Amino acid sequence: MARSTAGNTPGDRAALGSTTLVSGSNEFVAERTIASAVRAVRAVDADADFVELAAPELGAAALVEITSPSLFATARCVVVRSLEGLPAEAVEPLVSYVESPAPDVALVLHHTGGLKGKSALDKLRKAGAVEVKAQELKSWEVAGWVADEARRQGSRIDRAAAEALAEAVGIDMRALAGAVDQLVADSAGASITAELVRRYFGGRAEVKGFSVADAAIEGKTSLAIEQLRWALSNRVDPVLITSAVAGGLRALARYVSAPRGLREADLAREVDVPTWKLKRLAAQSRGWSQRGLATAIVAAAKADADVKGAAGDRQWACERLVISVLRARALS
Amino acid sequence: MSVWDDIVGQDRLLDVLRSAVDGAGDALAGRRQDTMTQAWLFTGPPGSGRSNAARAFAAALLCEQKGCGACQACRTVLAGTHGDVIHILSEQLSIGVDTMRDLVRRSALSPVSRRWLVIIVEDADRLTDKAADALLKSIEEPTAHTVWVLCAPTVEDVLPTIRSRCRVLVLRTPPSDAVAAHLVAKDGVPESVATFAARASQGHIGRARALALDDAARTRRREVLRLPTQLVSLGACMTSAANVVDAATEEATPRSTALDAEETADLASAFGGGGGGRGPSGAAYAAAVKELQKNQRQRAKRLVRDSLDRSLLDLASFYRDVLTVQMGGGVELVNEEQRSEIEAVARRTTAEQTARHVGAIFAAREAVEGEVAPILAVEALMISLSGGPSR
Ligand SMILES: [Zn+2]
Repeated sequence: MARSTAGNTPGDRAALGSTTLVSGSNEFVAERTIASAVRAVRAVDADADFVELAAPELGAAALVEITSPSLFATARCVVVRSLEGLPAEAVEPLVSYVESPAPDVALVLHHTGGLKGKSALDKLRKAGAVEVKAQELKSWEVAGWVADEARRQGSRIDRAAAEALAEAVGIDMRALAGAVDQLVADSAGASITAELVRRYFGGRAEVKGFSVADAAIEGKTSLAIEQLRWALSNRVDPVLITSAVAGGLRALARYVSAPRGLREADLAREVDVPTWKLKRLAAQSRGWSQRGLATAIVAAAKADADVKGAAGDRQWACERLVISVLRARALS
Repeated sequence: MSVWDDIVGQDRLLDVLRSAVDGAGDALAGRRQDTMTQAWLFTGPPGSGRSNAARAFAAALLCEQKGCGACQACRTVLAGTHGDVIHILSEQLSIGVDTMRDLVRRSALSPVSRRWLVIIVEDADRLTDKAADALLKSIEEPTAHTVWVLCAPTVEDVLPTIRSRCRVLVLRTPPSDAVAAHLVAKDGVPESVATFAARASQGHIGRARALALDDAARTRRREVLRLPTQLVSLGACMTSAANVVDAATEEATPRSTALDAEETADLASAFGGGGGGRGPSGAAYAAAVKELQKNQRQRAKRLVRDSLDRSLLDLASFYRDVLTVQMGGGVELVNEEQRSEIEAVARRTTAEQTARHVGAIFAAREAVEGEVAPILAVEALMISLSGGPSR
């Protein structure tokens, strides 16, 4: 999957006379693509028609009706959802429409994924539909996507800032886009720096969870306990602590198990982390055996169950997890 | 042909329901008043066909001929579109008091058909305490023409106050030859595939049908059954866990998105949108959308967990087979196709270890049900199955 298509919509490029094919279940990308097509059409013609229907309703007759010129409106945006449910007899008419589209119609097709309707999908691609992949981001794609997003919103974000934002906000595109939006608004035309990101998002509960996890995994006993108490007294939800510790252990376990000699980018993919995390993982890995990691992961699963209601004291469950991780590190 | 055709391996239950339908007819005809039980609780393990039985019962009550299976009433009830059947199918983790109050209000309406209003609550074990309270009075003194059918896995899953007011019917796990025969007759599945699917699903009809008809389901199952021989290192455990959870997500996502799209469109048209016009707007609509999306996110998670649970059950069936071999039983295995791998694992390990593995799988299922992050629960499970951190 090329990153350049992962969630980057064709923007305000003339959507009329073309077919956009959204594939994948990421709702954020799908909705954004549809909204941008609607906007593009309305920019050309404020009174444009907007038709939305589900593919199962799309018989050949309906296709002719919605794509042929109407008497009054000059432009039209047609959105067809659930393309995987396209009736078999509607495939050929749709493909031949896509091959020679009406000049005043913008057609957006959304296939939500799965194997159903796959062959229709291939035919539509060949017929010239412009594909937008609506997929979740992978961890190693986040920083790049954030940079593209900042550009989209007319600003710039430097590499370190994009990485800091990825760490603080995670991989949810809607949350990331919202964060970039806020940063763009507050940076007043200047480019977005890591310092600004930390000022806005550094105090987030997730980040506190990560610092507990890193300290515990790195065997910094007093720092880990101090960070944990500080986080808990600041009402960080214990769930965020256990999930951060589990995430840190998972990355480390995948790192130590990865084949030797991979290039940096491939290694990041294999471990499922952004590339800038690799250096830290290399340092962390020196203190751990496979057996120790296995023990710690089992402890994390137990703690996660405990903070979600299996045991009485949720804070104690976090504390016990941190201690278990510190002790597991000593195992060889 | 009759509405009971789809109920597999439940002869005793059918006798009870048929005579209840006779009694209902007498009550409607005014011959006798006290012949109709208006609160039922159907229990049975997942896949035993609780909800099918509830729907068939509803059809038989609304049909002029006690469930002919062919008339308008029968067909619309079975298709889920009959106006006198309210079917609460919760794909959320709990059924709240608001849903229940709304249901109780609707239970007071007269049936359009002048027969019965049947309310099926599919997951009565997910009623919150408050929701159960709201329901109590209605099942104790139901409106004259209302029939409640609650469904749950076991009687113990339902609050005592509720179950003491219901007539309880227990569905058993259908025997695998009955399931196989049903697949052959109903879906035209070849005999050999039907036998495999019935055996592998261990009496879960929906699962058996999926295995018989869907290549992807069979492939997924084969991959799960390969796990026990693959967990040779920490890395393999981590990768396997990721694969198992990804497969569950892949199975659940198309279903979630399809349901989501349908509901979102329904909501928009309920608020006067859809068609060629611009979408609906306003604060009430926005609030309804927000509420719907919240429920949809919960259901999406639940569907992934359900799919993951099926994989864990498949995995457990492998170790149960291993245990069967280790105990020296000459019994047929659930996974006959994997017999050689199963025998190899049986030779390498002890019965005590196998029992521990089965225990670990059931603990993981419980963890997933208790909302432990699925990936984490499965990672910990794979590590235990690989021989555990202590190896
Ligand atoms: Zn009938």
